[in-house]
Amino acid sequence: MTGAAGWEILLFVALPYVALTVFVVGHVWRYRFDRFGWTARSSELYEKRWLQLGSPLFHLGVILAVAGHVLGILVPESLTEDLGIPESLYAFVAAAGGTTAVVLILAGLGILSVRRITGPRVRNASSTSDRIMYPLMWIMILLGVLETVGYNVFGPGYDYRPTVAVWFRSLFVFDPDVSGIVAAPVVYQVHVTVAWLFLALFPFTRLVHAWSLPYSYLWRPYIVYRRRRTRPDPSPGESAAWTTIARR
Amino acid sequence: MRVRAQFMMVMALDKCIGCHTCSVTCKQAWTNRNGTDYVWFNNVETKPGIGYPKHYEDQERWKGGWKLDGRERLQLKAGGRVRKLLHIFANPDLPVIDDYYEPWTYDYGHLVQAPLGDAAPVLSARSRLTGKPTALEWGPNWEDNLGGATERAREDPNLASIQDRVRLDYEHVFMFYLPRICEHCLNPSCVASCPSGAMYKREEDGIVLVDQDKCRSWRFCVSGCPYKKVYFNHVTGKAEKCTFCYARVEDGEPTICSETCVGRIRYIGIVLYDLDAVTAAASALDERDLVEAHRDLFLDARDPDVVAAAQDSGVPHDWIEAAQHSPVYALARELRVALPLHPEFRNLPMVWYVPPLAPVLDSLAVAGFDAEDPADVFAAIEHLRIPIEYLANLLAAGDVAPVEESLRKQTAMRAYKRAEQLTGRGDPAVAEAAGLDAASLEHLYRLLALANYDERYVIPRSHREDVGALQTEHWSLDFPGVFETRRGQEVPLPHRKEAR
Ligand code: SF4
Ligand code: SF4
Repeated sequence: MTGAAGWEILLFVALPYVALTVFVVGHVWRYRFDRFGWTARSSELYEKRWLQLGSPLFHLGVILAVAGHVLGILVPESLTEDLGIPESLYAFVAAAGGTTAVVLILAGLGILSVRRITGPRVRNASSTSDRIMYPLMWIMILLGVLETVGYNVFGPGYDYRPTVAVWFRSLFVFDPDVSGIVAAPVVYQVHVTVAWLFLALFPFTRLVHAWSLPYSYLWRPYIVYRRRRTRPDPSPGESAAWTTIARR
Repeated sequence: MRVRAQFMMVMALDKCIGCHTCSVTCKQAWTNRNGTDYVWFNNVETKPGIGYPKHYEDQERWKGGWKLDGRERLQLKAGGRVRKLLHIFANPDLPVIDDYYEPWTYDYGHLVQAPLGDAAPVLSARSRLTGKPTALEWGPNWEDNLGGATERAREDPNLASIQDRVRLDYEHVFMFYLPRICEHCLNPSCVASCPSGAMYKREEDGIVLVDQDKCRSWRFCVSGCPYKKVYFNHVTGKAEKCTFCYARVEDGEPTICSETCVGRIRYIGIVLYDLDAVTAAASALDERDLVEAHRDLFLDARDPDVVAAAQDSGVPHDWIEAAQHSPVYALARELRVALPLHPEFRNLPMVWYVPPLAPVLDSLAVAGFDAEDPADVFAAIEHLRIPIEYLANLLAAGDVAPVEESLRKQTAMRAYKRAEQLTGRGDPAVAEAAGLDAASLEHLYRLLALANYDERYVIPRSHREDVGALQTEHWSLDFPGVFETRRGQEVPLPHRKEAR
């Protein structure tokens, strides 16, 4: 880490660790003390037509984008090389997948944003966290568009795998190496900085519903019965006071 | 055989005067909070009418409840598990607020703050959702006493099969009130539709509740309930529904709507049923068999075999006793005068209705007959198809037989008791013709006409050894922990101010 300037340490080492800590502790805190607030807080009751269009587009785009980030940043270049995936194929998949994600997200978030701003019911129901998250997501996504489409589809191309990705993974083995991110174009630097802020805020918004995908519905019995426990409930409001038994 | 106890309610519709007291007291108790402004756990509809929310009975449109699939197995009408998860980002079957009505308030401060002027200040309606002035175009009881019926009542799905014969002009129309709460179904499609497993049926008493800590705002319960009795709290983002006033019934008290019912139309008691027989009953091939299949589920708590089985299944002794004196068992199974609301939804609803004679008597009077003469009334039940077919569409999947049976019994009981009062002696032949023996007639009379408090409500308390585990002690829908806050707004609406 020698030779790194103070601001570089601050933005690319301190900020990530603080953000990750807040991310983890924030989730634990929220789940323990605000399970009642743990919800997607849907606004479909107010407005349905545009939501039915925008919401699936946005969510699918986000899922694709998250998968792309995992592939591009968590999977080391050496692994894809070892698997015999040629660089050109990787670049093509990344560009195609990235562009699809970008189109879906821009369309989806665009529809959802317009709907939120122009529909008086939805606008009035927007919380402070919505007012922070929407602009933050827009910044992050527009920077992402600049990177995927601007640099890699139309521009000269920039390979973030030997640089940004290496820095990112180094954080998780507690051996931070900022040289990669410092060498990257400014767009990438801003993108990751905004992303850390976003992650730090994440547990305190309704985005936590992302962790609540109810996959167990696929095999759970349809009708859920609960029986009263004979032992007194240790803390008021804990849903564990009723045990679940089921039929069918 | 797993015997379970279940709370059940019966409402005798002839006695409902449409006063809405039940709705108001329920609202005061449960839904006077933020985000539940448009929510009425209890509402009273005028029939014929399209109801609240609009057209809720039309399952071709809303896809609530169950259907039989190609292999004659029960399936959610809105589609199975995979389909639900694929639609998790937007629920295609969800009603929007306009299907209920846009909740409103008035800018009361204007009364005292308006500048001095020639005219008295006037209050205008403000939307509770936007704070803006709003035109009142629909409300929770917009159709009260057939208001606007000439325009919209034809859209009532129960009229579909008699559409060409029914007349809704003033001289020919019939009407009655239909108070509705959550049915606390034996086969609740709301519970089955909830992907999070947040909704559940209490094993001890059958009350269906939403676990506020597990609800994640997916809204499938709202669309899954064919009676549209799960509501979305648009401030907390959680589902809420009628709780059968568990806080009161756990303590042996009737629900608020029943306690305050002016017409004394409501009956609450316990029925015993076999958990393992529920699915088969809900899967009856012919819709018209559903009423009988449902009735057959209710076990006779006086039968020693049933008592033994109930004890084996852990039903407490005093609950078995309560089931033996259950007014709802008497009305639904023994006397066979009560019927379920829309059995064809296959939810096995547990709020039943004694169909009203009033529409038949009204039609009779219009036709120039004597509504007090039992012979005329019996003839009317035989021949006046319109109100009876309507009631059959509402309460018996279109089968007129159970409706006729109930109406005949009520007519016979009235005629017998009337004659007894006037001449000192009723005619047992009238009663027998309707299928009532002397004891049953007396029982029906006590329940429907005298309707004493302790005969209407036979509610066993929760067990004392469970103290500490009762939901009453631990549960609140109004949790001071709503994390997401809302911004204040220009119009000082009361609920906006208290919202954090
Ligand atoms: S009536 Fe009540 S128990 Fe039945 S499906 Fe609707 S909400 Fe659930
Ligand atoms: S309080 Fe009773 S009589 Fe009045 S509307 Fe409600 S159910 Fe009918």
